[in-house]
Amino acid sequence: MARVVVDVMLKPEILDPQGQAVQRALPRLGFAGIADVRQGKRFELELEGPVDDAALARIREAAETFLANTVIEDFVVRIEEEGK
Amino acid sequence: MTTRVGVVTFPGSLDDRDAQRAVRLAGAEPVALWHRDKDLHQVDAVVLPGGFSYGDYLRCGAISRFSPVMDTIIEQAKLGMPVLGICNGFQVLCESHLLPGALTRNDSLHFVCRDQKLRIENTGTAWTRDYSAGQEIVVPLKNGEGRFVADEHVLDQLEAEGRIVARYLDVNPNGSYRDIAGITNAAGNVVGLMPHPEHAVEPLTGPTTEGLGFFTSVLKQLVNA
Repeated sequence: MARVVVDVMLKPEILDPQGQAVQRALPRLGFAGIADVRQGKRFELELEGPVDDAALARIREAAETFLANTVIEDFVVRIEEEGK
Repeated sequence: MTTRVGVVTFPGSLDDRDAQRAVRLAGAEPVALWHRDKDLHQVDAVVLPGGFSYGDYLRCGAISRFSPVMDTIIEQAKLGMPVLGICNGFQVLCESHLLPGALTRNDSLHFVCRDQKLRIENTGTAWTRDYSAGQEIVVPLKNGEGRFVADEHVLDQLEAEGRIVARYLDVNPNGSYRDIAGITNAAGNVVGLMPHPEHAVEPLTGPTTEGLGFFTSVLKQLVNA
């Protein structure tokens, strides 16, 4: 089955307290030199049919109306290559 | 005839009974609405209560927004039916695009529970006409994702059109832009509020009874309509 990945991230101008909490914890754990952390969401969609233009258009619509809130979030849709 | 105010129960709603009680104490008949039922059962107004609908999965209010009952509520709200969204209900209204902006994680990253002082900024909405302009009230607030955000243009427009219904006083509990606790749509029939007026309607269980005005306001609005 083909897999399409939708990555959703808070827009850069929206404060991400989750990312900040992670970033603050990193030096405590000995991981130095990380200037910023943003936390996002990854959706893996397994398609029943082929990943054609129509299927991708439907997924973009789903991402725009439901998976992401475009008031505060950006999203990227990509096809995951076979064998990876 | 008694005014009928519907209160929707989504899976995960937890303040639906409190909202029903507030409606009853205000003098209206509360009508329980189920999220899978498209029918509003002849109610005159609707309250979307607080809670954690669908476990807040995806985003708060995002899945509830696509419940069958919301199709009808969105349609009726656009025709002028009064709708009040409290806390999770506010999140549902933003996700439904009946109200602009969005509610994100509190800037403190903590869940906040406190008695919150508010200033009522707009007494022209269906849900605030029983207050006086600038009136200060104290009602409970409890949320983890109560931080109202919108872009500068939207915020300026809300200010210019007087659509900020209530602002936080003394303490901004969640980092909401411009201390916004509640907003309304352009028509004034749809109001979203992060604090909980339904928990401040009886002296025994609330810090005040100053939340009751939201529920008595809508009665007056409907009687005069």
